[in-house]
Amino acid sequence: MAEWEQATEDIVYRGRIKVPYQWWVGETGSHFFIKLRDEKKLLGRYCARCNLVFMPPRQACPRCFNKEMAWRELKDEGTLVSFAVPAYTSELHPLEPPFAYGIIKLDGADTGLTHLVAGFKEGRLKTGLRVKAVFKEDRTGDIMDIRYFQPV
Amino acid sequence: MGKRTAIVGTGQTKCSSARKDVNGQELINEAVRRALEDADLTLSDIDAIVIGNMDHFEGINYVDTWSVDGSGAYLKPIIKVTTGGTTGTTVAFAGYYHVASGLFDKVLTVAWEKNSESDTTGAIVTAIEPILERPTFGGAINAMALQASMYMAKYGATEEDAARVAVRDRKHALNNPYAHLHLNITVEDVMKSPMISYPIKYLDMCPRTDGACALIFASEDTAEKICPKPVWVLGLANRHNYTLFGDQPLVPMITMVEAAQALYAKIGITEPLKQFDVMELYMPSSYSGVQWIEELQLCPYGGGPELIASGVTDMGGECPINPSGGVLSTNAIGATGSQRVAECTLQIMGKAEQRQVPGAKMALASGFGGCFWSDLMALGARKPG
Amino acid sequence: MDKVGIVGVGQTKYERRKVGETYPDMIYEVTVKALDNAGLTIKDIDNVITVSNDFWDGRTISSMAVQDACGCRHKDISTVEGDGLFGAFYGAMRVLSGSFSTTLVVVHNKCSQSKMNLITNAMFDPIYTRALGLDAITSAALQARAYMETFGVTEKQCAKVSVKNHGQAKNNPYAQLPLDIEVDDVMKSRVLCPPIKLLDASPITDGAAAVIWADEKAAQKAKAAPVWLKGAGHMTDAYHLGDRDLARSPALVGAAKKAYALAGVSDPLKEIDVAEVSDVFSYMELMWYEGLGFCSEGGGGQMIDQGLTGMNGVLPVNPSGGCLSANAVMVAGLARLIEAVLQVRGEAGDRQVPNCKNALAHGINGPCGQSHCVMIVGR
Repeated sequence: MAEWEQATEDIVYRGRIKVPYQWWVGETGSHFFIKLRDEKKLLGRYCARCNLVFMPPRQACPRCFNKEMAWRELKDEGTLVSFAVPAYTSELHPLEPPFAYGIIKLDGADTGLTHLVAGFKEGRLKTGLRVKAVFKEDRTGDIMDIRYFQPV
Repeated sequence: MGKRTAIVGTGQTKCSSARKDVNGQELINEAVRRALEDADLTLSDIDAIVIGNMDHFEGINYVDTWSVDGSGAYLKPIIKVTTGGTTGTTVAFAGYYHVASGLFDKVLTVAWEKNSESDTTGAIVTAIEPILERPTFGGAINAMALQASMYMAKYGATEEDAARVAVRDRKHALNNPYAHLHLNITVEDVMKSPMISYPIKYLDMCPRTDGACALIFASEDTAEKICPKPVWVLGLANRHNYTLFGDQPLVPMITMVEAAQALYAKIGITEPLKQFDVMELYMPSSYSGVQWIEELQLCPYGGGPELIASGVTDMGGECPINPSGGVLSTNAIGATGSQRVAECTLQIMGKAEQRQVPGAKMALASGFGGCFWSDLMALGARKPG
Repeated sequence: MDKVGIVGVGQTKYERRKVGETYPDMIYEVTVKALDNAGLTIKDIDNVITVSNDFWDGRTISSMAVQDACGCRHKDISTVEGDGLFGAFYGAMRVLSGSFSTTLVVVHNKCSQSKMNLITNAMFDPIYTRALGLDAITSAALQARAYMETFGVTEKQCAKVSVKNHGQAKNNPYAQLPLDIEVDDVMKSRVLCPPIKLLDASPITDGAAAVIWADEKAAQKAKAAPVWLKGAGHMTDAYHLGDRDLARSPALVGAAKKAYALAGVSDPLKEIDVAEVSDVFSYMELMWYEGLGFCSEGGGGQMIDQGLTGMNGVLPVNPSGGCLSANAVMVAGLARLIEAVLQVRGEAGDRQVPNCKNALAHGINGPCGQSHCVMIVGR
């Protein structure tokens, strides 16, 4: 190592990227969120060619590109397909522990919705449990209008 | 070694300053569908997909894996390529190499940007070296203004010389239903428009656009079966030299000089103005429209203004530039380079409708971006020998 | 497929925090190493592919940082944003196209420079998923549970992967975390998100790597005999986690199928001599055994129990220590390819698998290994 390298202290420069975003939800997603906000209803999208109901909803079928999709009202209740209980804290976690991430297959849907699970006793979550959506009182039309899913 | 490769379909979305009706995946899907329709192919015909955009404009990490519903990549190969403003041409290049390699026969490429979803300058600034240059960097417009000032000082070009480029491109856009801006303006209008950063005025500069553009590449084994007039890729070349702003000459813009020399040597171009029938060039400001045609050897250094004023590059001239209206009329940054390729393709296929250059057989598409980087792709009606 | 082979490789030592080195410093280091390794000069390189991720680098157009350092002046250049192995795939295609005789592929990352949870959270859809605060660890835990519960794979079986790989890393001078551990150590390590514990997860790593591809003619100029690309394939699964069957990896099955077909491999367990796979988490290595066809579906746990993938096993996996021992995200896949090349060359030192004629390298990209790339190299 050269002399100047040995004598040099390594400087670290700190910074942050500050770019605000506004993501257009699109007409399909907007309809979904409006139903969620105004009526606490969860809508999936059905492709007749694939015979699959997608949740969250898609404008067109991601498997076959069929654009003739139909809205399907789903139950706000379903089965817990998988879950994960974080044992660390993060500024990104939207709830205080204990809470879990879960993949919930709502009754009537063929794909799972990734969301939060709460209101369970520690160690009592199991895959296959029935869970039901708990909605916020003040809903604004986004995915967090569902506060979390709770074991039934 | 290597397959001859053609473009057999193109798809462009409606472009506007904010496509509020669709989210990013749906915008991508619109372009993909149109390209498949144009080529009369279905998703199952596609062997691989290449996607590109500039990350921080939409704030999505791993866009390739995110895009699957829109790009149709479910259980297909997909990769993302990204090189700033040149992304659109980089994506097209990747589509070409996928097919030319012989590993994939039909490849879909889609380049997109939803600039309305972020603060464009705020995002662009993150491209700049964080320790030495970011604290003082003034965004793309100021970088362009820098180069424009240097060019004017060297050759005595005037603001009016550049304004003529804006008038030409914006007038051409009136023939293009896909263009974002449709403005019929005069040199006087440009001169009166507000100054943004000397010498660039409002009407000298490109807009910020939401849009996507898809291309379908096919090998010589299938191109002629898919399409009556496949458009053959004759050659490509690019140079992305920059690391720090002061590192390389901006006048002339060394990346364009070298890319042009490399491409022309490869495919035997000695008189580009005569040999190409039409050009779609990524020129984000009217000043680049004056200068970079010199780097492309369309005229001697300093001769840009004269060439523009002569009308040779207008519709009806010997070698029209930007019949689509170019980047001054539409700039969905990640998509823009691909749109240049798509427009050249439409010209050679004879599908350019109101903006058709009659009998176009050979076209040149360029990409620009990153910082003073240049990409060139030559396309032709005749299968390379 | 025409012939394209690797004639030069270079990697940095993988470390927790390379404070004194910038991205261009690392890229220059590996470029020079790869050129020296190949016995070539920068003039012999026809084109360059750089690989980096804008979020990890905190820089849109992240390739701009390394243009000088990879010697791209007067050359064509492009950039893949994804795991390095996918970048290598593109680099090989550029040679196969006939346009170039050689391609230099470089990849870098300094995971220490930012916060993993914020960076990986940005992979998730901004409209439906991002606000939940998922990151690479919590999403992996969803996949791990789905896989383990579906097939009855246990935490101890996953722990064996960690024990094996950290132990094997002792033979790899580049690895960040060579460790002498037992299953018990893994089981007792700090719980991150059940079933994932600290020693089930790959570390935060800084590093860079480079490879040089050459066609048959250009390869004659190189010092060492080229290691040829025998087969390659890549494929991606659905995006929303709930759209996928997280217990399985159909995209890996598809990618491997394509690679095996090109390479003429029908029984990988017998015909592949060594494999370097992307074990970003311990459970993943077991899943990838299945996706790669080394065993049947759900058989990953048994494979590790039977020691089939240890250095003395029928198919050694990750003699380098794998991602569990060093994971500069993006670089990891190219590091796997470099290890595969060294094995075929007989230059893998203490981690050499004897009589190695061919090797498999595997890379992943996206949430929970959504995309997979498989390459087979040999003489």
